[in-house]
Amino acid sequence: MADSAYAVIGGGLVGMAIAWGLANRGKQVTVFDEGDRGFRASRGNFGLVWVQSKGLNMPDYSRWSRLSAQLWPKLSEELGNVSGTDLELSQPGGIHLFLDEDEAEKAVADMEKLRAALGGDYPFEYLGHNAVKRIIPEIGPEVVGALHSPMDGHVNPLYLLRALHTGVRDAGAKVLHGPRVERITHTKDGFRIHREDGVWSADNVVLCAGLGNARLAPMIGLDAPVVPNRGQVIITERVRPFLNVPTAHVRQVGEGAVQIGDSKEAAGFDDSTSKNVIAKIAHRATRYFPLLENVRVVRTWGALRVMSPDGHPIYDKSQTCPGASLVTCHSGVTLAAAHAKVLAGWICGEDAPDYMEVFGAQRFALQKAG
Amino acid sequence: MRNVLHFKRLDEASGDTVELTFEGEPVTARAGETVAAALLAAGHISGRQTPVSGSPRGPYCMMGACFDCLVEIDGEANRQGCMTQVRDGMVVRRMTGARDVDRGSAA
Ligand SMILES: Cc1cc2nc3c(=O)[nH]c(=O)nc-3n(C[C@H](O)[C@H](O)[C@H](O)COP(=O)(O)OP(=O)(O)OC[C@H]3O[C@@H](n4cnc5c(N)ncnc54)[C@H](O)[C@@H]3O)c2cc1C
Ligand code: FES
Repeated sequence: MADSAYAVIGGGLVGMAIAWGLANRGKQVTVFDEGDRGFRASRGNFGLVWVQSKGLNMPDYSRWSRLSAQLWPKLSEELGNVSGTDLELSQPGGIHLFLDEDEAEKAVADMEKLRAALGGDYPFEYLGHNAVKRIIPEIGPEVVGALHSPMDGHVNPLYLLRALHTGVRDAGAKVLHGPRVERITHTKDGFRIHREDGVWSADNVVLCAGLGNARLAPMIGLDAPVVPNRGQVIITERVRPFLNVPTAHVRQVGEGAVQIGDSKEAAGFDDSTSKNVIAKIAHRATRYFPLLENVRVVRTWGALRVMSPDGHPIYDKSQTCPGASLVTCHSGVTLAAAHAKVLAGWICGEDAPDYMEVFGAQRFALQKAG
Repeated sequence: MRNVLHFKRLDEASGDTVELTFEGEPVTARAGETVAAALLAAGHISGRQTPVSGSPRGPYCMMGACFDCLVEIDGEANRQGCMTQVRDGMVVRRMTGARDVDRGSAA
């Protein structure tokens, strides 16, 4: 008998959500996670549970994100119970502020196009300066307007990751931190997971290794063309609540700190920060909210996003190595609920939305050819 | 809060003194030392209450990393006591909860 029915490679938000979903379905799961040396988007992200503007060119991705947002309250409640931690989920609707009329106009046009592609079922509105001010009195005079969508919210992403780790162990799964997985081999009686410190067998493998997927996927007949994209983030001192809705670039977290982000940079495997980018982010934030001018910055960091060529998730099952699958995405906070509640089922053969196949990696070959 | 403390100044650190106040109470400090050091030496081990649980905290790392030494200095909220040198006439107050952001820098 194999060491485990399912080997999940990667213990970030994606791997842990899938592991939790599988373990709750009674599957015997082992998670293999690289130690603290690895790059981890899951420890450096912005914490939005965000639907607006997702999937502008892929309506099914929009549907999928929205489904996840709808499943989030249940996930939050369940994880809150197993971990004894309030994940600070709040879904009061989200605001994308604009400082530039043209940019706002283009964003609204894109969102209207998506709404049409979704048959009209896509709630959002554009608010002018005064209407935004009624929701957030502290906006600055330079804010021209905002997109508002009731679908959006935010959560404490570190509490989420910790709760998933507690939940996964609680559900009977094992988590093996240690050296990275070097190789995965496929034989007629299943898979072998090779690390410096040993070899484990598994009936099935789910690749959830973030940026590490690019190297591992071809070993088991999968394709994961993901590359790093850096985001830099600022955290301020804790201040009294003034912002009770999340905005796309500034949010106030449960404890009162203001999180400001985030840049999008092609910086390779470099997750450091740079003064000019941090200054730019800070400056933009003070144009949104002038009161931030005298709020102290206490921390900054950089983290690497896991980006596919079109920015959409890749969910795939190997044709040549049955039992191997791949789960990777950019918005792993938003999608955590769909991953745990739906995608984990798809991996072990349950029914899933009929649009799942659009997320396969073969679309990149088609995009190239077309 | 005043406690019997085991913090003692080294003799080598003698020199000029400066006068500040903490919650209105006079505190004599050595020139060049930090606010956190001066408060600890004077027996004030806690300078703040946390915004989340309201529990009392005081200087811990003394090197700018933990933010447990926050106090209000000359009207400016959330200053790190361990990163700020004492000055004659400084007015230091306890930091209770989160600061009001619209209050600006001068209370
Ligand atoms: C600045 C920034 C802001 C973001 N904001 C948001 C947001 O607001 N909302 C949202 O939904 N998403 C956001 N994201 C994206 C989100 O953080 C990621 O989608 C998510 O964390 C990806 O999780 P992951 O588990 O795939 O990857 P990671 O967190 O990178 O985890 C991958 C794991 O796999 C392990 N691993 C890699 N290779 C191996 C190997 N060979 N063997 C064993 N283990 C391996 C690594 O050690 C790591 O633990 C943001 C990301 C960034 C960088
Ligand atoms: S004592 Fe730790 S930051 Fe001042």
